[in-house]
Amino acid sequence: MNPLVTLRIALRAVLRNKMRSFLTTLGIIIGVAAVIAMMAIGAGAKAQVEAAFSAMGTNLLIILPGSTTSGGSFGGFGSMPTLTWDDMAAIKDEVGTVHLVAPSLRSTQSLVSEEMNWTTSVTGTTPEYFQIRNWPMAQGAGFSQQDVDSGTKVVVLGQTVVDRLYGTSANPVGQSVRIGNTPFTIVGVADKKGQSPTGQDYDDASFIPSTTFAHRIQGGLGKFLIGQIYVQATSSETTQRALADIKTLLRDRHHLPPGADDDFSIRNLAEIAGAQQQGTETMTTLLASVAAVSLIVGGIGIMNIMLVSVTERTREIGVRMAIGAKPMSILLQFLIEALVLSIAGGLIGVSLGVGVAWWLAAKFRWPMAIQVDVIVISVGFSALVGIVFGLYPARKASQLDPIDALRYE
Amino acid sequence: MADPLIAVHDVQKIYKTGDVEVHALGGVSLEIVPGEFVAIMGASGSGKSTLMNILGCLDRPTLGTYMLAGRHVAKMNRDELAETRNEVLGFVFQNFNLLARTSALENVELPLIYRGVRAKERHRRAGAALARVGLGQRLDHTPAQLSGGQQQRVAIARALVGEPKVILADEPTGNLDSRTSTEVMGLFQELGSAGITVVLVTHEPDIAEYASRVVVVKDGLIREDTRQTPRVAAPPPKAGES
Repeated sequence: MNPLVTLRIALRAVLRNKMRSFLTTLGIIIGVAAVIAMMAIGAGAKAQVEAAFSAMGTNLLIILPGSTTSGGSFGGFGSMPTLTWDDMAAIKDEVGTVHLVAPSLRSTQSLVSEEMNWTTSVTGTTPEYFQIRNWPMAQGAGFSQQDVDSGTKVVVLGQTVVDRLYGTSANPVGQSVRIGNTPFTIVGVADKKGQSPTGQDYDDASFIPSTTFAHRIQGGLGKFLIGQIYVQATSSETTQRALADIKTLLRDRHHLPPGADDDFSIRNLAEIAGAQQQGTETMTTLLASVAAVSLIVGGIGIMNIMLVSVTERTREIGVRMAIGAKPMSILLQFLIEALVLSIAGGLIGVSLGVGVAWWLAAKFRWPMAIQVDVIVISVGFSALVGIVFGLYPARKASQLDPIDALRYE
Repeated sequence: MADPLIAVHDVQKIYKTGDVEVHALGGVSLEIVPGEFVAIMGASGSGKSTLMNILGCLDRPTLGTYMLAGRHVAKMNRDELAETRNEVLGFVFQNFNLLARTSALENVELPLIYRGVRAKERHRRAGAALARVGLGQRLDHTPAQLSGGQQQRVAIARALVGEPKVILADEPTGNLDSRTSTEVMGLFQELGSAGITVVLVTHEPDIAEYASRVVVVKDGLIREDTRQTPRVAAPPPKAGES
């Protein structure tokens, strides 16, 4: 029997009871819509976390100086300077998996323009810092290695600082701003970067050459680097190896005997990002599984209505058998009817789910992330539900005795 | 005499309900040659419906042999029975058994669908069959839009469309008034003269009068088997007349 003809018979049967067919598919519609929306929201949240972490820098390792121990109380990482400028140079020169290094010396200072003032963080660093953090200039060129070498009084401002000091659409490049009592020339405005994963405003910051920072703000501590070292590994695969190599190098340089604690700590941002992503993924999977359960409930609804349909149409089945329908033809007729219901439910559910995801994304300003594979899988899964739950009623119909079926009132 | 189209030999049908065995048919032998118009008569419970079901390949005999068009029915599986019903037989029922909300044309096409005939050919043959029973103008009417007599004629067209060797009619006039009954019987007589074998089950003697042979079944056995000169029904209405 021609499958197209069978499909037409099934479509007619489905359309004959429009309300009933709709209510039957509602379970599948809601299930698929929920799966699609949940997966889209999950993917959106994941993309957001990813964006936030990549804003911090790609393949990034942050090295913090060690802790002090005085009278049994540990001062926490960063409380004692243990890293030196030579350490940083050694990391750059001796570890093959390291692409870029930059110091990050931080202090909070008041910045004063001609009319306004704003207290923000001042970071002493080198041009590599902006490369490591994928942070281009929106205006101006930023400072150069020459500025670092000669300790020039130049500053790069974050967008928030510019907004506060000069107004939102101003271009302050070339103007002078005072940090403490020292006038600095603005050589660049860093591109807007947004918030960190913890909600901190990346753009509320200013940057000056590390040498200038050491002379003008911190007061020179000589060979020690009072701050953190940012390291960019050559690729995401080598990040873990770079971490191990730097650790070995620093322990060697700091003459730490085996068994002694590190006097520094290395943070792997990829790892932290991974953990956060895993969290969102777990949540997404959980929500999607709940939604998938409703798909199965929808399947039971289809089975129920198909059983009713088989009973109602017992006579029709008898007639079809009497005039030559083989059991397989009857089975296919009812199976395809169940499939039509479930696939129609799946398709309506997809459009509904995409709509809901789109609306939620717009409402909460999430990135919209509809995945084609999720759509294909959920339509496929609803078809599978149709087959699984349609098979029993269809089999029941095909196994009817034509005599009994014809006699059925 | 020609080779029998239907050859039933000592057929028994035994139903078991619990420990009780019911002999619905207790050894029936019957031969029907092509072109015969046979009426099977009997009261309810006589076994005539069981005989009809076996002749119609809807049921298989418990014992005995049934040869239909040279093939052993008892040895067929469900698919082969379905094929035989589709190609050799045509059914007409008391309550018409047309598919509701489905046009006359599509109802008549149904046997051809299960035979895998292409759409264009199906339409042509179904249209021709409906014209043959005088309903050439009502192809798109649904059963609800047709009278009882017209519905039964659609059912006959459906039985005819596959060009069967035998048409089996189970009380075809049971739900019709006497005038339309006569029309329907006239149609059957016409089919008989066109070479199609007609087997009709009825309990009304005046309906059996139109047949050329009357077989009386009682208590699961054939009690009488007589040939007669059939009463001539009024000529069937011409195509498009009704």
